[in-house]
Amino acid sequence: MIFGEQKPLEEVEEMIKDCKKILIAGCNTCVAICFAGGEKEVGILASALRMRAKMANREQEVIEQTVQRQCEWEFVDELKENVEKVEVVVSLACGAGVQAVAERFPRAFIFPGLNTTGIAITEEAGVWAERCLACGNCILDKTGGICPITRCSKGLLNGPCGGSQNGKCEISPDVPCAWQLIYDRLKVLGKLDLLDGIKPPKDWSTSQSGGPRKVVREDLKSSS
Amino acid sequence: MKSGSNLEKVLTSGQFAVTAELGPPKGADTEVVRRKVEILKGKVDAANITDCQTAVVRLSSIAAGVIMAQMGLEPVVQMTTRDRNRIAIQSDLLGASALGIKNLLCLTGDHPKFGNHPQAKGVFDLDSIQLIQMVKNMRDEKKFLNGEEMEVEPRFFIGAAENPFADPFEFRATRLAKKVMAGVDFIQTQIVYNTHKFAHWMEEIRKLRLHEKVFILAGVAPMKSVGMAKYMKNKVPGMDVPDEVVNRMEKAKEPRQEGIQICVDIINEVRKIEGIAGIHIMAVEWEEAVPEIVERAGLLPRPQGQ
Ligand code: SF4
Ligand code: SF4
Repeated sequence: MIFGEQKPLEEVEEMIKDCKKILIAGCNTCVAICFAGGEKEVGILASALRMRAKMANREQEVIEQTVQRQCEWEFVDELKENVEKVEVVVSLACGAGVQAVAERFPRAFIFPGLNTTGIAITEEAGVWAERCLACGNCILDKTGGICPITRCSKGLLNGPCGGSQNGKCEISPDVPCAWQLIYDRLKVLGKLDLLDGIKPPKDWSTSQSGGPRKVVREDLKSSS
Repeated sequence: MKSGSNLEKVLTSGQFAVTAELGPPKGADTEVVRRKVEILKGKVDAANITDCQTAVVRLSSIAAGVIMAQMGLEPVVQMTTRDRNRIAIQSDLLGASALGIKNLLCLTGDHPKFGNHPQAKGVFDLDSIQLIQMVKNMRDEKKFLNGEEMEVEPRFFIGAAENPFADPFEFRATRLAKKVMAGVDFIQTQIVYNTHKFAHWMEEIRKLRLHEKVFILAGVAPMKSVGMAKYMKNKVPGMDVPDEVVNRMEKAKEPRQEGIQICVDIINEVRKIEGIAGIHIMAVEWEEAVPEIVERAGLLPRPQGQ
């Protein structure tokens, strides 16, 4: 899933402080699972903003709406009525959701309420950790199912570097060394031979370095 | 000869090589470089010039290397993949070669997190092994990474670093084998304090016969104080400082002298290990210690005018 964290309340307040009517728009998919932008978080943020408006003697109305997915038109369209009623929309969806709302409503002001962080798993209750940088050419078959591009701090393809010690990455004792993880796992699998030879430089043109990416499936496109 | 550098000549003629390290200044002051060159000149066969070591912005390694060479001290220019992508690196290599640089040390580099611009975007387009391979292909095949040919190739004696004390220990020799496969000519190791573990690592190296394919220079560094010993032991990732070294520093009346003595003792010990072709003295910001260490280790005079 996509994970992220809500922006500090002060930052959101600063964005909207001069607006009379605001919509907080949530998304009930990824960002709800990481407790950052689902219906419940929308409610909490809306109440907090109302309270601060009151304390600062601001005349401000905050309304709420959460849709199933802010990255799909059919759900984004459900926001139409409320978007037309307000001066600004604060979206608690990921960056894609925020932009989908902006694209669908060209005359509305949209602000992000979330800092989108990446693609993660829920490691345990309350802990989300990044697992994929969407490089566009997956190599997990060669690394025992552990992504060095994402989890090695230097994205090495021929790791580990000289900073790997006691299973930890040189950048912090809290960060496991991805290459130690890869080594251990391949050893258990009896597949250490996957580490033989030199992995050539990666073709980054499939990643964001190649420009914004797009997938087009002609077979699925609605015929024009 | 691959590059015809002094370091290459010393090593290929079978003489025990001595290299040192020179940290360029945090500013455009060439006097600092000149002063350090004067200290090291004639005492070592070549000196590394670091490339924004620990991700701190410093005078460029190529520029400082050119100043060194003009003054008669052969540089080993360090090049990391942290700050440059494949386009910038290849361009800088052509430039370095055009300016007469003959030794190159290929590194991935310390993470920007350690440096003075932790907000920087780390590049890491290549890793050190891929860098070695690229430099070798430029030199031996006259080819850029994309396969395009060039007429005049950069000729470097290619070095790399290796840390015998990093994990997983059982994989370290295999990883060095990859650097050899990639085309490295010489290796400078991480600073050795744990000579026992180092000897064990060299055993693994000899099992793979890597010492016959690459010149291995053992890294050493004098400590100034017990505080430094403890810091290295506990805070520097990838360092292995045994208690006995810390104890020696603790008991010493003159810690600096003891630090130098420990360094000389380690040199004498690692010299005996089969497959060690030289030493690399890393006394960054204490370059003054190098002449004394080299002298006390009986490594003077250095081979002249090869
Ligand atoms: S290799 Fe690329 S696509 Fe696969 S997990 Fe890593 S970043 Fe994601
Ligand atoms: S210590 Fe491990 S995870 Fe960290 S940069 Fe080095 S190889 Fe990558």
